Amino acid sequence: MNYLIGAFKLPCNICISFADGKSRNQVPLKKENGKTVMVALFQSQESIVGEVVIEPMHGKKVEHNGVKIELLGQIELYFDRGNFYDFTSLVRELDVPGELYERKTYPFEFSTVEMPYESYNGVNVRLRYILKVTISRNYVSNIVEYQDFVVRNYTPPPSINNSIKMEVGIEDCLHIEFEYNKSKYHLKDVIIGKIYFLLVRIKLKNMELEIRRRESTGSGPNTYVETETLAKFELMDGAPVRGESIPVRLFLSPYELAPTYRNISNKFSVKYYLNLVLVDEEDRRYFKQQEITMYRLLET
Amino acid sequence: MIADGVEDEEKWLAAGIAGLQQNAFYMHRALDSNNLRDALKYSAQMLSELRTSRLSPHKYYELYMRAFDELRKLEMFFKEETRRGCSIVDLYELVQHAGNILPRLYLLCTVGSVYIKSKEAPAKDVLKDLVEMCRGIQHPVRGLFLRSYLAQVSRDKLPDIGSEYEGDADTAVDAVEFVLQNFTEMNKLWVRMQHQGPAREKEKREKERSELRDLVGKNLHVLSQIEGIDLDMYKDSVLPRVLEQVVNCKDEIAQYYLMDCIIQVFPDEYHLQTLDVLLGAFPQLQPTVDIKTVLSRLMERLSNYAASSADVLPEFLQVEAFAKLNNAIGKVIEAQPDMPILGVITLYSSLLTFTLHVHPDRLDYADQVLGACVKKLSGKGKLEENKATKQIVALLSAPLDKYNDIVTALKLSNYPRVLEYLDTETNKVMSTVIIQSIMKNKTRISTADRVEALFELIKGLIKDLDGAVLDEVDEDDFKEEQNSVARLIQLLHNDEPEEMFKIICTVRKHILGGGPKRLPFTVPPLVFSSLKLVRQLQGQEENPFGEEESTTPKKIFQLLNQTVETLSNIPAPELALQLYLQCAEAANDCDLEPVAYEFFTQAFILYEEEISDSRAQITAIHLIIGTLQRMHVFGVENRDTLTHKATGYSAKLLKKPDQCRAVYACSHLFWVDDQDNVKDGERVLLCLKRALRIANAAQQMSNAARGSTGSVTLFVEILNKYLYFFEKGNPQINVAAIQSLIELVTTEMQSDSSTPDPAADAFFASTLRYIEFQKQKGGALGEKYEPIKA
Repeated sequence: MNYLIGAFKLPCNICISFADGKSRNQVPLKKENGKTVMVALFQSQESIVGEVVIEPMHGKKVEHNGVKIELLGQIELYFDRGNFYDFTSLVRELDVPGELYERKTYPFEFSTVEMPYESYNGVNVRLRYILKVTISRNYVSNIVEYQDFVVRNYTPPPSINNSIKMEVGIEDCLHIEFEYNKSKYHLKDVIIGKIYFLLVRIKLKNMELEIRRRESTGSGPNTYVETETLAKFELMDGAPVRGESIPVRLFLSPYELAPTYRNISNKFSVKYYLNLVLVDEEDRRYFKQQEITMYRLLET
Repeated sequence: MIADGVEDEEKWLAAGIAGLQQNAFYMHRALDSNNLRDALKYSAQMLSELRTSRLSPHKYYELYMRAFDELRKLEMFFKEETRRGCSIVDLYELVQHAGNILPRLYLLCTVGSVYIKSKEAPAKDVLKDLVEMCRGIQHPVRGLFLRSYLAQVSRDKLPDIGSEYEGDADTAVDAVEFVLQNFTEMNKLWVRMQHQGPAREKEKREKERSELRDLVGKNLHVLSQIEGIDLDMYKDSVLPRVLEQVVNCKDEIAQYYLMDCIIQVFPDEYHLQTLDVLLGAFPQLQPTVDIKTVLSRLMERLSNYAASSADVLPEFLQVEAFAKLNNAIGKVIEAQPDMPILGVITLYSSLLTFTLHVHPDRLDYADQVLGACVKKLSGKGKLEENKATKQIVALLSAPLDKYNDIVTALKLSNYPRVLEYLDTETNKVMSTVIIQSIMKNKTRISTADRVEALFELIKGLIKDLDGAVLDEVDEDDFKEEQNSVARLIQLLHNDEPEEMFKIICTVRKHILGGGPKRLPFTVPPLVFSSLKLVRQLQGQEENPFGEEESTTPKKIFQLLNQTVETLSNIPAPELALQLYLQCAEAANDCDLEPVAYEFFTQAFILYEEEISDSRAQITAIHLIIGTLQRMHVFGVENRDTLTHKATGYSAKLLKKPDQCRAVYACSHLFWVDDQDNVKDGERVLLCLKRALRIANAAQQMSNAARGSTGSVTLFVEILNKYLYFFEKGNPQINVAAIQSLIELVTTEMQSDSSTPDPAADAFFASTLRYIEFQKQKGGALGEKYEPIKA
């Protein structure tokens, strides 16, 4: 039996590790099987340096047509599952065709890799970075090993960051003016603002601010849009009268937000919106949605 | 329906409490295990129970108090948490992650309290943030309670001067700013309640609002406790800001309550110094606000303040408190044209009390108030409203109580003018009050002018006022009133006869118009008062008045004659007769024979013409006899005429026994002990014999009519008269006459036809005992009695 099992087992172990693996930040990543693992975190323009260790099983020899390592940036659309679009693909040959008898270590280095997009796990789309080691073989399938890693890109505070200010209303029913202090927020930012009631002729019950994420995938007629509400934050309880001004202070840190992604490789976009919702006593909802730009501020 | 509502509410409250306790339990567990995350989670859930809209404020309060207790524990925990190294700033952010606003803000206030205590940020910044964030609660009841919680946790953490949280130079301003802002927001929420919900529940809403008012008022109380507010600051910013809010909220309930609050919580000294500002707000209030009560309380407070120490009085003068109040009242009345007259009077009444306390020496102020009141009352006619008249009585009584002296009140020229607006009934009440005040204080009213003024005031009692219906007057009440007038007349006195005479004339002038019902009450005291004056003059041997117009007894008697005459016209002949006799006796003492004679003439005329009742005649004739007996002023001729008349009338009484008694009484007219010229023994005997004859006739008549003789009482009485004159030495009365009389009585008593009369027997027996006694006593009298056999 042992023999049989051995026949299906991979003839060798492949281990991919990063040179600075111990000191590098680790972040959780949700895998396809639902498990969350901790993986290394990189950002664009970083050099990805490490080594691949290949260790054949108990003295077996592995014959191969060459060993290579690839760094892939892939987008996977779920309606087209299994079909990866590689927007980045770098290859390093690790070994010329030959045979492996014993454990062998291959250092590798991708220097200053351009990784313009962040890792993203959405409803309909996934963007991931992997290192893929392939041992090419004749007649039998190649031996492949993957190592995920996460890319996050930091941006400096935007030089122009206007407030969002707007007057909206339903004629002769409700007129409000709202203001959010910025249009671009980093992920740990605080939204400060106020809602000013110019005219209130309906009996309001409460008011809340929602943070919504809109993910659109595909293009043209095949566009899929998925909207999620990530946060519901009550701003006001009761019915205000004309002239009332309600403060807004919403800390973003408790929510799982990511930066805004615009038209990533023409495949998908992820945008964020602030949705101000007023609810009246009959539970009718009046709302106004405003896009905000999220960015990842380099933590210092 | 309503009962169901109450029951449902109980259920909701019970459910709320249960939910609260359950989450509190988990919160406690989290606190015990120092689990901040869970503590926040469960405390937020616990506080979510306060999001209910189903409870009335009363029940909501119950729920709130439970949450409040729990929050104290949470606050302790937060404090410990910071001691364990948790940054308070982080904590302050962390609680703001809560998705529901109400729990979030309760938690924020709780952490805020710890934040201020940590002094990591200036108290003013934290407070400002809290009070701003609380704007998120626009629901009136929930907002009021939340802000009340904020006020509660912050009251010992204000950056007041001298507090450990004191900030920079403007620290008190910051403290005030915070409290004022919270106050303003709370008031807005409170007022808003009035306009929410269906109109039919207005009453219920108003009740609920009044249950919540102290939450709002508490802020003013906190404000008043801020040490850093000095007079200037109060004057320049605090008061104007508060008043601005009060005026602008345009809500009746709020304005009434808050004005009252302002008056109650801030020191009197401040009120005095800011009268302009404070009073300036009153005319701007809603026309339906019960300003009179509030303003009255203000004046009451200021009055008490003035009374508290004499040192503060100059302040009142300096700020011209009276003028300002007076002015303000005028404006308020102008601004509220619908104010009932009761309100107007109440206001003036309070102002009057104020000025009486504060400026007791300024009668002109009091008069001014009354004048303003008159002005307001004019054109309204008599007051019909019960409460209003009561208030006027209070208004008018105030000066009396204060000065304890009607004389001072009489100096108030507007006083009687106010009285004119009272209806008859109240006018009487007021008059009674005035008289009682005089009685109580034994006020001396000693000039004719004042008497004139006084009677002008109490004319409600003195005469029938126009259009008054007397039928409804209770007899006893009427007597009571008139008796008090009579007492008042007796009190009027001046040692100076001249002035006293004027007083009498004045009183007379007033009371003569009183009509037939009053005169019997008012004339006698006037007569006696006059007679007192007569006796006073009589005491002065020489007539001190040389001039023609001086007061002489004669003049007084003339006046008296006319006065008493009015009684005979109404008619009250018995009373008039008595008074004539009194006057006659006084004239007798003054040696004015013609005057005395005249009075007797009047008395006899009355007897003849007016007194027809037989009982009244008996009384009258005995009075006449008695008075006449004491007269010494008459000459023989006049005396004869009068005694003749008296004897004649005596014998003409209806019943024999009455005749008999009157006749034997007449015997005294001929024998006056201290008058030597009146000792006519013969006529005495004649009288007594005549009496005997009448007694005999009476016996016979009785025998004829009833078959039995009457009592021997008359005989015994006559016997006693005999004995009297016997003792006095009347030579016509001798032993034989007495002896025969005794026998007569004895025979009569033994006769079969006599009616036994134990009283008469006893009378006779004691008469005989008297004779025996005199005999035994011996002496001249004893000897005289000796021959008599009993």
